[in-house]
Amino acid sequence: MNALNPSGWRPHKGESGGEAPQTVSGDRGLMLEEALVFEIGGMDKCGVDFDVEPGAVSGALAGHVRAAPLALAGLTEPETVRHYTRLSRQNYAIDLGPFPLGSCTMKHNPRLNEKIARLPGFADIHPLQPQSTVQGAYATIHELAHWLTALTAMHSVAMTPKAGAHGELCGLLCIRAALEAAGDAREVVLVPESAHGTNPATAAFAGYRVENIPATAAGRVDLAALTARLGAGGPEKCDVAAVMITNPNTCGLFEPEMKAIADAVHAAGGFVYCDGANFNAIVGKVRPGDLGIDAMHINLHKTFSTPHGGGGPGSGPVVLSAALAPFAPLPFVERQADGTMRLVEEEEAAIDHPGSFGRMAAFHGQMGMFTRALTYILSHGADGLRQVAEDAVLNANYVLRSLEDVLDAPFADAGPCMHEALFSDTGMAEGFSTLDIAKGLIDEGFHPMTVYFPLVVHGAMLVEPTETESKAGLDRFIAAMRSLAGRARAGDPALKAAPVLAPRRRLDETLAARKPVLTWRAAPAPPMEPVLSEIGGS
Amino acid sequence: MRYLPLTADDRAAMLGVIGADHVDDLFVDVPAEARLDGPVHGLALHASEMAVERHMSALAQQNLSAGSAPFFIGAGAYRHHIPASVDHLIQRGEFLTAYTPYQPEIAQGTLQVLFEFQTQVARLLGTDVANASMYDGSTACWEAIAMAGRVTKRGRAVLSGGVHPHYVATARTMARFTGDTLETLAPVLEATPDDTATIAAIDDATSCVVVQYPDILGRIPDIAAICAAAQAKGALVIAVVTEPVALGLLRSPGELGADIVVGEGQSIGVGLNFGGPYLGLFGCREKFVRQMPGRLCGQTVDADGKRGFVLTLSTREQHIRREKATSNICTNSGLCALAFSIHMTLLGGSGLDRLARINHARARAMAKRLAQIPGVSVLNDSYFNELTLVLPTDARHAVRDLADAGVLGGVSLGRLYPDNPELAPGLLLTATETVTDADIEALATALETALAGVPA
Amino acid sequence: MTRYFTKDHEWVEVEGTSGTVGITDFAQGQLGDITFVDLPAVGEGVTAGEAASVVDSVKAASDVYSPVSGTVSEANPALETAPELVNTDPESGGWLFKLTLSDAAQLDALMDKAAYDQYVAGL
Repeated sequence: MNALNPSGWRPHKGESGGEAPQTVSGDRGLMLEEALVFEIGGMDKCGVDFDVEPGAVSGALAGHVRAAPLALAGLTEPETVRHYTRLSRQNYAIDLGPFPLGSCTMKHNPRLNEKIARLPGFADIHPLQPQSTVQGAYATIHELAHWLTALTAMHSVAMTPKAGAHGELCGLLCIRAALEAAGDAREVVLVPESAHGTNPATAAFAGYRVENIPATAAGRVDLAALTARLGAGGPEKCDVAAVMITNPNTCGLFEPEMKAIADAVHAAGGFVYCDGANFNAIVGKVRPGDLGIDAMHINLHKTFSTPHGGGGPGSGPVVLSAALAPFAPLPFVERQADGTMRLVEEEEAAIDHPGSFGRMAAFHGQMGMFTRALTYILSHGADGLRQVAEDAVLNANYVLRSLEDVLDAPFADAGPCMHEALFSDTGMAEGFSTLDIAKGLIDEGFHPMTVYFPLVVHGAMLVEPTETESKAGLDRFIAAMRSLAGRARAGDPALKAAPVLAPRRRLDETLAARKPVLTWRAAPAPPMEPVLSEIGGS
Repeated sequence: MRYLPLTADDRAAMLGVIGADHVDDLFVDVPAEARLDGPVHGLALHASEMAVERHMSALAQQNLSAGSAPFFIGAGAYRHHIPASVDHLIQRGEFLTAYTPYQPEIAQGTLQVLFEFQTQVARLLGTDVANASMYDGSTACWEAIAMAGRVTKRGRAVLSGGVHPHYVATARTMARFTGDTLETLAPVLEATPDDTATIAAIDDATSCVVVQYPDILGRIPDIAAICAAAQAKGALVIAVVTEPVALGLLRSPGELGADIVVGEGQSIGVGLNFGGPYLGLFGCREKFVRQMPGRLCGQTVDADGKRGFVLTLSTREQHIRREKATSNICTNSGLCALAFSIHMTLLGGSGLDRLARINHARARAMAKRLAQIPGVSVLNDSYFNELTLVLPTDARHAVRDLADAGVLGGVSLGRLYPDNPELAPGLLLTATETVTDADIEALATALETALAGVPA
Repeated sequence: MTRYFTKDHEWVEVEGTSGTVGITDFAQGQLGDITFVDLPAVGEGVTAGEAASVVDSVKAASDVYSPVSGTVSEANPALETAPELVNTDPESGGWLFKLTLSDAAQLDALMDKAAYDQYVAGL
């Protein structure tokens, strides 16, 4: 078998934690239970009033009409508001406290962003409106694009990718299109073992074979091994299309040999893709274009503060070098000589931009995220963005140095970290692991850090405080972590029961995966309404 | 700076704990030549809320918003009224500022919403299961084609002429790199979709047939007939729904036999947003669940035996399976899924039925009025809330003239199909519940003016 | 009947030209709760040292390499509804698939029980 669970992640169902006080309702004070909407709603409930009577269905729908309305329970407005508000209270969020997920950059989401994104001139415009009616939208995209290229010292930017992984795909497709245009079909993409899972998945999705690049003991890309893999034969003898590197990397470290890596890859005729997930560490301080990269996606939902929303939407514009820019996807916006904005779609591209690899999604990308990100960039300004990177790195190093005596920190001796501090489960008592620290943090009122990632460190704990945390907030987090580290080293059995203070105890993930229940089904079939539709004249 | 809590004293004290003299000592691994000496060139210094709002509002005001004009544009994105409570609830910080629910004990809110969302979507599409969302309809469509390839171990997909051209273009981009073969049929300006041509394109090497319902011209294809033909050849049927409100009234594609149903969920709860963020819907038969892309939420119990929800079947996904994952998707459209689910809860099955009937009635009223214009005819035998009008001229000109008259009067087929001059007279028009009789009259009058002088 | 082991923690039990393949107790212990087993189809050819099956736990998916080359003759039907057999009875009822060996000489490269136990003790 391959890879016998290298990360060491094995869910533990948790021990009994004693009896919680029982109530008749099932609710306990402000800890509120909430049934499924299908259990509390009904077909006779509706939270929307309509102005007009629809009348009969016309012949234009003959033979296509449902036998009965869709069997889905509805709720009135007060019930709806209560249902979702009660559910919301079962979530942890950055608005409630530190959310130190490494590699995820959970920073404050400014509310001005939300206000701006909801202006009707942005929120209530259609992507296919005539160009004369959406000049401001094109100008907004163009302005954000300008600042993204300025902050990265890159030639241009593809704005359409819908999220980071979609941006990776965009970058690799540009690379593939560029190589194919040069008649140079290559088959391999090199990815470090410490990379985000999206990197190898994207390379495979784009039709490439993935090979690993080894890391050095210091947690960096092994330049010698990389150079050996690229070979000394120059572009003619090399089958490597691209190297995907995260910088700062997923161990929270800067790749100091980035320029040498890029030079080696370029000498072999390949391209350098940089995973920009960790751009927050260097924004305003370091420009990736100065390090020789060819493409990098920027997660607007990380560095530029657009909300994660419980799993998206993201937005992943990709900055491109001059060599890759001609292959960028459609559509895109251009400023014309007279100052007006023009949208380049298939028809225009056939004349002006024949190299484009085409469309990778309908429409223009995540406009709702563009307005938020631009608002954020203008709010912080050049000085503020620089301070963002400095505070993010300062906060991470403060956590690293405040915990390295109680938790194993594999790369701490080598020097400072960047925006995130990495620890391992080495030194914990037999039977105790990273999972127990994470669940213990929940009882302490914190969201856990990223666990069991990167895969190169056993029982990894990756802490990214971001610039959003105050010193007092960090001190509270550090105190909780020191306590939990001590309990894990001592083998405190109570820790195995954590969390006991959350809306739920540890959940049985094995049961969920062995016998998947992915939709709600009523015990008896939902009652069918009488047939309402009738065929009338059109 | 209003978003940065550290004070100068804090920073000094923290550097002391770290043992560094200056914050730049923490950037020691960055080669000196790659470090910026000062602020990024050209970008102004930090700005007040008021100043930023002024700048952004000026940009917004250069756009003609849909609500401020008679509005008839659809073609894959639809303007519906969104109840006020939807936008209020999605701005609850516990939803808005949470991450993907990787720690289920403190993410039951998001997880239960996803479970409810999956149930609502599966019922709407008529599939056994649905995932927790994709980026949008176009990317969901390609993911379905890729999935059909994995299931059937075949690499030739047939895309009917009724599939949205942007969806076709997205699939074409991906297929170019994966080596899949796409058989893409061209739409024809006929009153009914050419299901016969679609069926004729299916052969023994076909992995899937992709058919849009209603199609890009607003017509309703015979999914059941296509399913029967595909099944006979061992191919899967992928139904694409760009206007989910239609499924309040139309029989679901799953009920008609489709194996995979994907859609653009924007219509319900999300808003136009100039094309994004939107919401990809993805449902399929239960037996294909381990080949599905994207996140799945499943029901389970906690250590006390209480019902709870977790992300499950994660071994399909990139963070575990890496290069062997079913997709590279990570962040999806969680908040849009929440908006969809809230709106769907407010409607319920009976409200969705009502909404769909009103949409269809508005489209009928529009069709009736426009058909009175000399030289203009309605193409469709069947339609829901969107239909194709055939003009005596290139519809691109008409759209421009309408815009000049302050009417956002649909999408010309010439814009969607610049290579196909036979489609140029086609004007795609949508009427949702937001369209008033006065809007229809304004459209008709402006169109009459635009066509005056054009020989019928 | 003789049982052989690989360094990748698979076992194969051979009788004549017929072999039964599974993963070892040590392997299942490292993986944790098995949630799903993706088995090869009957009639599929498998190659020694190449992935023939995938064993999923909640947080990991591991390829199972076939210890020897051959043609799959049967996949364990019990695993479809009870993947936990790989945890509870890995070296008997939790077998994965049977195959007809195409090159019995490949067995010479594998370990016997004593050698495997010694190998695991050294990990």
